[in-house]
Amino acid sequence: MGSFEGGGLPPDDIVVSALRAGDEEMFAALLDTWSRGMLRVARSYVSTDHSAEEVVQDTWLAVIDGIGAFEARSSIKTWVYRILVNTAKKRGVRESRTLPWSAFERDGAPPREFGPSPDGRVGAVAAWPTPEGEALAAEVRALIAEALGRLPPRQRVVISLRDVEGCTSEEVCEILEISPANQRVLLHRARTAVRGWLAGYYEAVKQPE
Amino acid sequence: MKRFTCDELAEQLTAYLDDALDQPTRAGVRAHLSGCEGCARFLDQFRATVRALGDQPPEKLSAPVRDRLMSAFRERHP
Ligand SMILES: [Zn+2]
Repeated sequence: MGSFEGGGLPPDDIVVSALRAGDEEMFAALLDTWSRGMLRVARSYVSTDHSAEEVVQDTWLAVIDGIGAFEARSSIKTWVYRILVNTAKKRGVRESRTLPWSAFERDGAPPREFGPSPDGRVGAVAAWPTPEGEALAAEVRALIAEALGRLPPRQRVVISLRDVEGCTSEEVCEILEISPANQRVLLHRARTAVRGWLAGYYEAVKQPE
Repeated sequence: MKRFTCDELAEQLTAYLDDALDQPTRAGVRAHLSGCEGCARFLDQFRATVRALGDQPPEKLSAPVRDRLMSAFRERHP
């Protein structure tokens, strides 16, 4: 079987039968494709990088054990991520970082500093520089990483899956078992908060005219 | 077509970018954006934020954990 590098993974039925047949290359491809997002999601529930890696490890062990019984009621990716979220939640509870999902409304929206200025001019929203320079790009990357860590956990999971890892909204709803409307509210609050922090950063580095 | 204040418009942007708005709402968002420079720029910034989020460096499993998982898989299928 060829390498999956650069390309997407094959359809689920091929992935599942390959895993059941013990195809090491297929398992390695999944491991390398999904673990990055899984580490990011695990980190939203547990407190250290080490715990996050253990959660991902335990998830893959459960996948190895459970693939024989996988019934394809969801995509294999969703199935793996749900095992991950359940494992991470249990671990998070032990570390007493609990996530009351039902109370997502408590993640208050950050105050918005945007709007037309009182005198009706639009200058309140400045244009951002394009991060062409490598130094600026690296600073923005670091700022985004910090911003993710400051988000309320539920917003962090959703924005990590959607915008950092590129999952679809359908995938996120299935993985987290939330409605499309809830997903969108969490994502919107998270994006609004991150945009606000970025705006603050660009304001601070702006060259005086 | 719906009409929005700037604040109301900003609340619609994630749904707008996901193409999850009904037709009159989407038309209202478009009309507001074409006539309001501030909101158009806010949308640009919102898009730039989403792009910046997608530019995070990938995380990686450490080599020992990856090796352990590969051997666990191998042991299951001798
Ligand atoms: Zn406006």
